[in-house]
Amino acid sequence: MKLLNYFRGEAFQRGVHPASRKEATASRRIRRLPFPPRVIVPLSQHIGKLPHAIVKVGEEVVRGQPIARADDWLSVPHHAPVTGVVEAIELKPSARGPWTQSIVIRAHAGATQEDLWGQPRDLDSLSGSELLQAVWDAGMVGLGGAAFPTHAKLSVPKQAHVHTLVVNGCECEPYLTCDHRVMVEDADDLVRGIRYAMRITGAVRAIVGIEDNKPDAVAAVEAAIVRAHTPEGVIHAEAVPTKYPQGSEKMLLMALFGVEIPSGQLPVSMGMVVNNVGTLAALGKLLPRGQGLTERVVTVTGPGVARPGDYRVPLGTPLRFVLDYAGVEATPGIDRRQVILGGPMMGQAIASLNVPITKGVSGVLVFRHDDMVANDERKTYPCIKCGECVESCPMGLNPSTLGMLAAKREYDLMGGEYHLGDCFECGCCTYVCPSNIPLVQQFRVAKQILRERAAS
Amino acid sequence: MGTVEIRPAPHIRGERTVEKIMLNVVYALLPICLFYVFQYGISALASITVVTGTCLLTERWFVKTGTQSGNLADFSATITGLLLALTLPPGFPLWMGAVAGFVAIALGKGLFGGLGFNVFNPALVGRAFVQAAFPTSIATYTPSFLSGRFFEFIPSSLAWPLMTPASAALWLKEKQIDALAGATPLAKWKFDGVLAEAGDLLTSLAGHMAVGPSPLLILACGAYLAFRRYLDWRIPTAILGGAGVVAWLLFAFNPAYYPNPFFMLFSGGLILGAVFMATDMATSPVTPRGMWLYGGLIGLLTVVIRYYSGLPEGVMYAILIGNAATPLIERITQPAPFGKGVLGRAKKGASYPLHPGYISREEAGAVTPKKRILKNKPKPDERKTPHH
Repeated sequence: MKLLNYFRGEAFQRGVHPASRKEATASRRIRRLPFPPRVIVPLSQHIGKLPHAIVKVGEEVVRGQPIARADDWLSVPHHAPVTGVVEAIELKPSARGPWTQSIVIRAHAGATQEDLWGQPRDLDSLSGSELLQAVWDAGMVGLGGAAFPTHAKLSVPKQAHVHTLVVNGCECEPYLTCDHRVMVEDADDLVRGIRYAMRITGAVRAIVGIEDNKPDAVAAVEAAIVRAHTPEGVIHAEAVPTKYPQGSEKMLLMALFGVEIPSGQLPVSMGMVVNNVGTLAALGKLLPRGQGLTERVVTVTGPGVARPGDYRVPLGTPLRFVLDYAGVEATPGIDRRQVILGGPMMGQAIASLNVPITKGVSGVLVFRHDDMVANDERKTYPCIKCGECVESCPMGLNPSTLGMLAAKREYDLMGGEYHLGDCFECGCCTYVCPSNIPLVQQFRVAKQILRERAAS
Repeated sequence: MGTVEIRPAPHIRGERTVEKIMLNVVYALLPICLFYVFQYGISALASITVVTGTCLLTERWFVKTGTQSGNLADFSATITGLLLALTLPPGFPLWMGAVAGFVAIALGKGLFGGLGFNVFNPALVGRAFVQAAFPTSIATYTPSFLSGRFFEFIPSSLAWPLMTPASAALWLKEKQIDALAGATPLAKWKFDGVLAEAGDLLTSLAGHMAVGPSPLLILACGAYLAFRRYLDWRIPTAILGGAGVVAWLLFAFNPAYYPNPFFMLFSGGLILGAVFMATDMATSPVTPRGMWLYGGLIGLLTVVIRYYSGLPEGVMYAILIGNAATPLIERITQPAPFGKGVLGRAKKGASYPLHPGYISREEAGAVTPKKRILKNKPKPDERKTPHH
């Protein structure tokens, strides 16, 4: 296969093809999760500075009302996901581990949970900078998983010039289908969001890159483009060959344009801005109504889930509530399990089911102990230098040598001569390693040590 | 509520394991071994059994010391044994084969720490040792397809340890076969100036030639492995390409003195070495560009040793030198990281190649998709007039 691909020319070099496992949820409609009795809204849901709470304990809030204000450019406001009473503002466990300051809201049992806040606006009359402010006010962050503030991503530096908006609909992680369903069901919102983003960035064209294992999403977006009466050639939906990690923006740009974004630079240096489909669909839905981000679509699936599907989940819903609704307890052999936020390649296993769904959570996967035991019992050999990891590293690194250096704790050499800083921890090397060496795990440690050394 | 378990990402793993890789190499070697037994009968079978058995016993002994990575179940010692047996002459005394097997695993692998840590291909370390220790026996070949080969040992096979093996020439005379038939095609060319037909070499089936298993069969088995990606196709390609080009240049320079390149490629152990020995994962470079360099070096060295040294065959030493050069080759052929190589290089066949005109602000229509991957896209005319 590799030989064939070598001559055919691939989307981007290297990468892997894990089994997609999206069948369980790919063709189910998005369903709404009921409102939980209590939501936990952490102030830290994104990359950047913390906003500060503007509500007090005991205060009544309505769904959609701002409850935290951003003071810094790299920060976003938060909105109340439910109508209810602020019960506490205190430290609560987060998915990353440390306890973080969170606003706990008890939902009114009788409330209809209509989105009551916000005024519909005529966005066509707004200028680009006013639109950007509206994006910021909506509390938007990248919904693909990185949770980078969207307004910061859409704002073009003064000296730069953006010609193309790239919309990332790859969803290359196995199991996840939330972007897929959003493209199929909310394609009109998506196209509206794309047009806002184009106005903000000044891009003259937008290209929606979708992996070719989702032909229905391509068709739905194409149809929405036609319905939106955009001039010919301004917005395209393009199918790209399926491959992991195509959802990484540099890989997608390679697949679409055949260019490498220079190391250490952002796509905007070549005149491109990349946004996730989920983010832009949410923008297209929220901006005209003047509302903030209070819910997101989350894929709940995996072998341990009885009713897998894509759910529209209010932000701050405790994971336990989501899993109870999706029927985790019903599956046999579930008493020992692993719950992962995100996809199986890069997602994080979490220690507590009390952590809330935040803006950056795209999936909740549940694996039973029996599903993971085969991996646990695999024997670990020393590196046999088969070169599989070198063939699969999308960043063109040499994980084999890096792994050997990590075992010898040669961190400076790893960071210098072997370019460890370019590693974005996609996990391809560990995935392919026949010797079962925990390569990317070692690299995470090495990167952390290098960061600490640089800081001291 | 049950227990929540935590493991680091990635939470899914590929199918490939060390055992699977090694087992597939063993599968690919079995047809070759069968062909070898078909050529030389019971002597070949005994040689394969004794050499592989010694390798496995030595491996087991080293594993018991607790200093080794890997074990018998990873099949790497089996591969070493089978390959070593295929490189020895079929009538090689069995006790010498046992010595070769022991040295291969002990000196070639065990002392380095086992699987993955060896610097040289273990089978070739064993071969090199017996080449130095028993120069006469290892240069004594016998013709293939002799009558009665399935019931009668080649007399030298059964030599007692430390005794001079029985002469093959006398035994061949009894069988009324020209003693010259016992020389390998390479030796015949080197010492007598007789050139074998490339086609005969390719199949190994023509008459009583003193050759190993058919290069065609070895290539087919190698192709299976390369297709399943259990060996890297670049290394054999580079070796055969390198050797072929050098041999062809010399042949073009002086056709009277140098043999034609096809003779070079298909004689001796070049094909077996290129496909199964040089591709040993632990001792070859991991970097793609390094593989080309490593293969090219081995190809060049093979031809140089064959033409300009006192030995008729040079594949073994060429590969051992290539193994020794591997760390250096890797060092100078590290892959260029994404976005740090030649900037501005664009992949061919991109849907939206970026060109200067494309980056114009005014011209939205400059976007013209070059290819259509999906057929269900609306036609342009449908798009202009959606509905009235």
